[in-house]
Amino acid sequence: MSSITIQVNGLAETREVEPRMLLVHFLRDALGLTGTHVGCDTSQCGACTVLLDGRSVKSCSLFAVQVEGRSVTTIEGLAKEGKLHPMQQAFWDQHGLQCGFCTPGMILSACELLARNANPSEAEIRAGLEGNYCRCTGYNNIVKAVQQAAGAR
Amino acid sequence: MAEKLFGASIKRREDPRLITGKGQFVDDVRLPGTLHAAFVRSPHAHARIRSIDAGAAKKLKGVVAVYTGKELVASGVKPIPVGWLIPNMKVPAHHPLAVDRARYMGDAVAVVIADSPYVARDAAELVEVDYEPLPVVADPAKAVQRGAPAVHDEAGDNVCFKWQLGDKAATDKAFAGAAKVVKQSFRNHRLIPNAIEPRASLASANPGTGETTLWVTTQNPHVHRLIMAAFVLGIPEHKLRVISPDVGGGFGSKIFIYPEECVVTWASRALSRPVKWTAERRESFLTDAHGRDHYSDAEMALSADGRILALRVNTIANMGAYLSLFAPAIPTYLYGTLLAGAYQTPAIHVDVTAVFTHTTPVDAYRGAGRPEACYLIERMVDLAAGELGIDPIEFRRKNFIGKDKFPYQTPVAVMYDSGNYQGALDKALEAFDYPAFRKEQEQTRKKGRYVGVGFSTYVEACGLAPSQVAGALGAQAGLYESATVRVHPTGKVTVFTGSHSHGQGHETTFAQVAADELQIPMEDVEIVHGDTGQVPFGMGTYGSRSGPVGTAAIYMGTQKIKEKAKKIAAHLLEASEADVVYEGGKFSVKGSPGRSKTFGDVALMAYLAHNMPKNLEPGLEAISFFDPGNFVFPFGTHICVVEVMRDTGQVKVLRYLAVDDLGRVINPMIVDGMVHGGVAQGVSQALWEHAEYDENGQLITGSFMNYAMPHADDLPSVQVDRTETPSPVNPLGIKGAGETGTIASTPAVANAVMDALSPLGIKHIDMPLTPGRIWEALRGR
Repeated sequence: MSSITIQVNGLAETREVEPRMLLVHFLRDALGLTGTHVGCDTSQCGACTVLLDGRSVKSCSLFAVQVEGRSVTTIEGLAKEGKLHPMQQAFWDQHGLQCGFCTPGMILSACELLARNANPSEAEIRAGLEGNYCRCTGYNNIVKAVQQAAGAR
Repeated sequence: MAEKLFGASIKRREDPRLITGKGQFVDDVRLPGTLHAAFVRSPHAHARIRSIDAGAAKKLKGVVAVYTGKELVASGVKPIPVGWLIPNMKVPAHHPLAVDRARYMGDAVAVVIADSPYVARDAAELVEVDYEPLPVVADPAKAVQRGAPAVHDEAGDNVCFKWQLGDKAATDKAFAGAAKVVKQSFRNHRLIPNAIEPRASLASANPGTGETTLWVTTQNPHVHRLIMAAFVLGIPEHKLRVISPDVGGGFGSKIFIYPEECVVTWASRALSRPVKWTAERRESFLTDAHGRDHYSDAEMALSADGRILALRVNTIANMGAYLSLFAPAIPTYLYGTLLAGAYQTPAIHVDVTAVFTHTTPVDAYRGAGRPEACYLIERMVDLAAGELGIDPIEFRRKNFIGKDKFPYQTPVAVMYDSGNYQGALDKALEAFDYPAFRKEQEQTRKKGRYVGVGFSTYVEACGLAPSQVAGALGAQAGLYESATVRVHPTGKVTVFTGSHSHGQGHETTFAQVAADELQIPMEDVEIVHGDTGQVPFGMGTYGSRSGPVGTAAIYMGTQKIKEKAKKIAAHLLEASEADVVYEGGKFSVKGSPGRSKTFGDVALMAYLAHNMPKNLEPGLEAISFFDPGNFVFPFGTHICVVEVMRDTGQVKVLRYLAVDDLGRVINPMIVDGMVHGGVAQGVSQALWEHAEYDENGQLITGSFMNYAMPHADDLPSVQVDRTETPSPVNPLGIKGAGETGTIASTPAVANAVMDALSPLGIKHIDMPLTPGRIWEALRGR
C-alpha cells in the first residue's frame, strides 16, 4: 500500500492505496465521487474523463499513484457555489444528454476542447469529442451544447 | 394552469442530477460489507466441461466462495425461461452457469465471490477449468446444413423452430401471373447494442426479514422480479424487491434476464452479504444479447404497370446458443408482420427458420425485427423500381396504402391504425429539392464523383402490445402498463409508473401529461419508476411502449382522480355533481363561478374526511392498467444523401433528413433527440457496425478497438421534421418514437449508396457498407 495525496476538486485527499488502483477507482471507491463513470476497459469510451491539471485524461488509464500531488477536477467539482458551469448549463438547455451515463466525461472533454479552441467550427467540435462515445444522442445536440457554451464565454 | 404542457419542449427535470455527477446508477450504489463477483467464462465457443478446480482460487486472500453450475443446480437454481412460445419450438435449458458444456465464447461456467473486485478478478484467473473443445458452428446458414455440429442434443438439426405467415397459395398464384419478378438475397448482419453503461447488479439479502433487494440495470424491474422469483430462484415474489435506478441506456439489451443477476442474487442469499457485479466492456460484448443476424431471400412479383403483386420471403434467423427472453418473437411477430411496409401488397408469404449456433444469444435490439423487415422491403422497392425503370419516388407513390384506407388490414396479420404515407413523403420533398438533386447528380457524375440519394418510406409497429393479440400470437404475457396516481393531502401528486426510463425522460414527459390532466403545476407532480417496492406491477419499457401505453395508463388514472374529486367538490359546494365543472384547477358550480374549491382543497378533505359525501371512501388515489386494443404504427420518410469515394470505397453521409409521423408528441425536444440517436444507430449498421465471429466461434469484434461504434465526427447533423396523424388506439393519440430512427435509416443509407454506384451497374452490396466491401465491389469496374 502507498500513501498518496491528490487535490480533488480543490481539496487535498490523502489515502492509502494499492499501487495498482486505477485513478477512476480511487475517485469512485476511495472518495465516493461516483459521477465519474466506467464504460469500457480499453480507454475508448471516455466516460471516465476527468481534468488533470486542467487537461482531460481518461481516469481508467492512470494509476492513482501516478497523479500524486497533482490536481484533479471531476464532474462534481465543475459547478461553483451552486451555479452550473456554462457547459453543464448548455448540455441541459440543448438536451445534450439522454441516459446521462457518458455525460460527465463528455462535459469535461468539451470543457478542455473550448480551453484549447475558444471558437471551434462544427467539424472541430466533432473531431474534438472523438475520445468520447455517446450511444443515445447521435451527438446532434451535444454539438449544439458545445456551440452554446462557446458562445457564452 | 394556462399553457398546455402537452406538446411543449420542456427542459428535462432529470438533467440537473445527471450533469452534476449526482445520478445514481447501479454501480454507484454503495452498501457496507459488499462482496464482489467475477465470472469465469469459456474461451471456447463449444466445449465439454470435464472438471473445474477452484482450489488455488479459494486460497487467495479475500476470496469468500467459488461456485460452479453443478452447485447451483444442486441448490435448486432453475434454468432461465423464455417468455414467448412458438408452436413446436425447442427450448433447451439455459442454466445461469453452464453445467456440462459451454456453448458460446463468454458462457459463464463459474463465479468467484471476493471482498474486492480486484481480488475477485485475480481469483477468477486461478480457477482451472478442464475444457474439451468440441466442433463449432457460428454461422446460421451453416448451422442448418447436414452434418453441422449440434448446439443442443434436443435440436440435432439446430432448428429451434420453423414459422410461417401469410397466404402461400395466393402468393404463389400472384407470382405465376407476374409481369416481372425481382429477386435479392440479403444478409442483415449481427450487431452489439453497447449501451454505454455496462450491465450491473447488486443483491442484498437481509437474513433478519428474509427479504432480498436487487439493484439491476433493467428496463423492466417487475418482469425481472417475476421471472427470478417464480422461475429461476424460487424466492417468494413479495420477498424480492427489484430496483432499477438511473440506467445508462438499454436499446433492448437490458430487457432480458441474464445469468449474472440470478447468480449474484442467489449468492447474496447464500452468504447473507451484499454481492455486486459490474460488467467489464469485454463482458458486455460477449454476453449482452446481440441483435439482427438474418439471412433472407426475397422475391417481389410486379405488374407491367409497376404495382407490387406479391412478396415472398425466406429467412434464417440466428438465435445464438440459448433462447433469450423474447428471442422467438423478434424474427416472427415483430418481423413477418411488418413485411407489408407502406405498400398495398395483396399477397405476402414469409417462412422463418430460427436456428441455434455457438454464439451469444440474439434478442431485441432497438427496432427488433422491424429494422430487418424495413431494410428488406425498402431495398426491394428500390430494386423493383430500378428493374422497371421507374423513379423510386414514383414507384412508392404508386404502391402506397392511401390515407383513406385506414384502419388497414395487411395480409400479414396486423391492422395498421392510421396513416398518411403520401403526406410524410410530400413534407420531406418540401425540404429536399429532388429534381434539383438529380440535375446536380448528373453534373457530379460527369466529374467522376459518386453521389446518391436514398429514400426510406417506412412503417413500424410500437406500443407492445394488446394482450389479447399478443396472447393469440404466442406471448406468455400481455403487455399492458400500470400507473398509480396518488394525490397527497396538500394536493401534490406522486405518479408511480410501470414504465422505466433509461434515457427517455419520463420524469419530465409523464409529469407533463399528469399535470395537464389534473390542471396543476408540473412542479406539483413527481414521477416514480423503477422500483417494485413502490410501483404497481408493470411491464416496463421496450418496443416504444412508454408513450402509447405507459402515459395512457397515467391518463386513465388522472381521469379516475378527477371523477372522485368532483364528487367531493360537489358535496363541499352543496351542488349536484352534474352542475360542477373543473377548469383551471378549480371546481366550481356552473353559473356561479364565485363558488369554487381548488384541487388542493378537495385533496385535503379527501384525507381529513370529516365532511365527505355519503358512501365515498376517504383518500384520493387511483390505480389504472391500460391494455391497448392494437399496436400503433408510426411511419414517415427518411432521405439520405451520400458520396462514395471511388478510390477508397469510403462513404460520407452528406445530408440526412427525417420526417416522422409519431402521432401526437408530448415533448418535441425529447422526441427530436430520440430520432437523432435512432438515426445514428441505423446509419451505423448500414456503414460500420458488425459483430463478426470466425469459424471457431471467436468473437473477433469484441472491444471498442475493433467494433466500429460511431464517433461524433463520423455522423452528420440530422434534420428532423414531422407530420401528425393521431393514433386512435390510445386516448392521447400517441404512436411511439423510440425506434423509428433506427428502423427507417438503415435502408435509406443503403439505398443512397446503391444510387450513387448505379452508373457502375452495382445493384446491391450487403451491409455494412465499409470501405473494404465497396472497394471490393468497385474492383474491375
